[in-house]
Amino acid sequence: MAGEKAAGEKKPGEKKPGKKKTDEKKPAEQKASQKEVGEKKKKIKKHHASRNPVLARGIGRYSRSAMYARKALYKRKYTAPETKIEKKKKEKPRATIIKPVGGDKNGGSRVVKIRKMPRYYPTEDVPRKLLSHGKKPFCQHKRRLRASITPGTVLILLTGRHRGKRVVFLKQLGTGLLLVTGPLVINRVPLRRAHQKFVIATSTKVDITGVKIPKHLTDAYFKKKRLRKPKHQEGEIFDTEKEKYEITEQRKSDQKAVDSQILARIKKVPQLRGYLRSTFCLSNGVYPHKLVF
Amino acid sequence: VFKRFVEIGRVAFISFGPHAGKLVAIVDVIDQNRALVDGPCSGVRRQAMPFKCMQLTDFVLKFPHSARQKCVRLAWEKENINEKWAATRWAKKIEAREKKAKMTDFDRYKVMKAKKMRNRIIKHEMKKLQKMSSKKGKKPEKSEKPEKSEKPEKSEKAPKSEKVQKAPKAQK
Repeated sequence: MAGEKAAGEKKPGEKKPGKKKTDEKKPAEQKASQKEVGEKKKKIKKHHASRNPVLARGIGRYSRSAMYARKALYKRKYTAPETKIEKKKKEKPRATIIKPVGGDKNGGSRVVKIRKMPRYYPTEDVPRKLLSHGKKPFCQHKRRLRASITPGTVLILLTGRHRGKRVVFLKQLGTGLLLVTGPLVINRVPLRRAHQKFVIATSTKVDITGVKIPKHLTDAYFKKKRLRKPKHQEGEIFDTEKEKYEITEQRKSDQKAVDSQILARIKKVPQLRGYLRSTFCLSNGVYPHKLVF
Repeated sequence: VFKRFVEIGRVAFISFGPHAGKLVAIVDVIDQNRALVDGPCSGVRRQAMPFKCMQLTDFVLKFPHSARQKCVRLAWEKENINEKWAATRWAKKIEAREKKAKMTDFDRYKVMKAKKMRNRIIKHEMKKLQKMSSKKGKKPEKSEKPEKSEKPEKSEKAPKSEKVQKAPKAQK
């Protein structure tokens, strides 16, 4: 072992024959010894050879418990230093919260438990559900995009109030829906979401490289808002809620920002503007399965 | 009554089968239904082929029956069949049909616009002539004149002219 110590850094080759002699030597001890020599600790620890002589390959003379005693692990118990995560975990979560209370002479506030005891214990236990495999929630689904749809492709919308209109594809959003824009001045289609399945992808593409789409355009931005706070007034509930959709200023500014970039590129291609203004329709003798889009 | 005959050296157009769309020369007749056929310049190996899938063209080559491929090729290139074929209306119609089938949605829009504009011009000229003839009272103006003046206007649209001229012509 002394020989190893002295020539530890210089000759890694010497350690190899050392390894071969004691087959059962734990590789961890070897690596630890190398590290310690490199780090130059003040206490140079001598490493003992294996205290468990080998009877046959894979079989030692002493059992686990005997080895525990032989290695004196009872007095060698180390704990890892407490990490920041563990420190954070020690901070106990709040058990109660103070809530304000209305009314006269009520004291103004109450101390309320955050996590309450269950109010009902069923007499029969809920049966254990069978293991299921691969059933992911919607947010974890794999989103696919057809190879024919790339940023800048002209799409034909098939459903919705804008059916038949030709529209420019911008990007695919987190839920898999396609972000699409008219542009507004051309065919009155604003920044909108479209479903991949209800869209025909044409082979006409607008060069959209370098167009910056604001990052706040996500699914949450486009999601329909529904206010529901009826104060138990029947009769006028249906009127007060959002029946008239109002275009917010933010939408207008976002529309302008995106469209100005795209319009410049559309103008470069001859006749593309008129193409986007027109609508798609079928007539006699026109069969979609025979059309090349 | 019949103008095109099956003979040695007749160039035929294959209408269906694995070699659909290619030209071959009839080298020999095997029996009532089949011919020995070879298309060295059109990528068809020498083989037997039923008459049903062949359509005769106007071209005939000169070589003796059962001549080898080299002779057929020489005759073919001497007559320059490939170029002659491409100049025929038959081949042009085929090409126009193919182009029409390959049209994308954007192309269809462009063709529609071009046709619309062309028809407007023609209508405009017709109306002018009608007006003139009704005004001057029975002066026989030839209505063929505006058609000739239309053609140079058509050729202005260079990229679309191929499809515009071929697409409507192919329809007719």
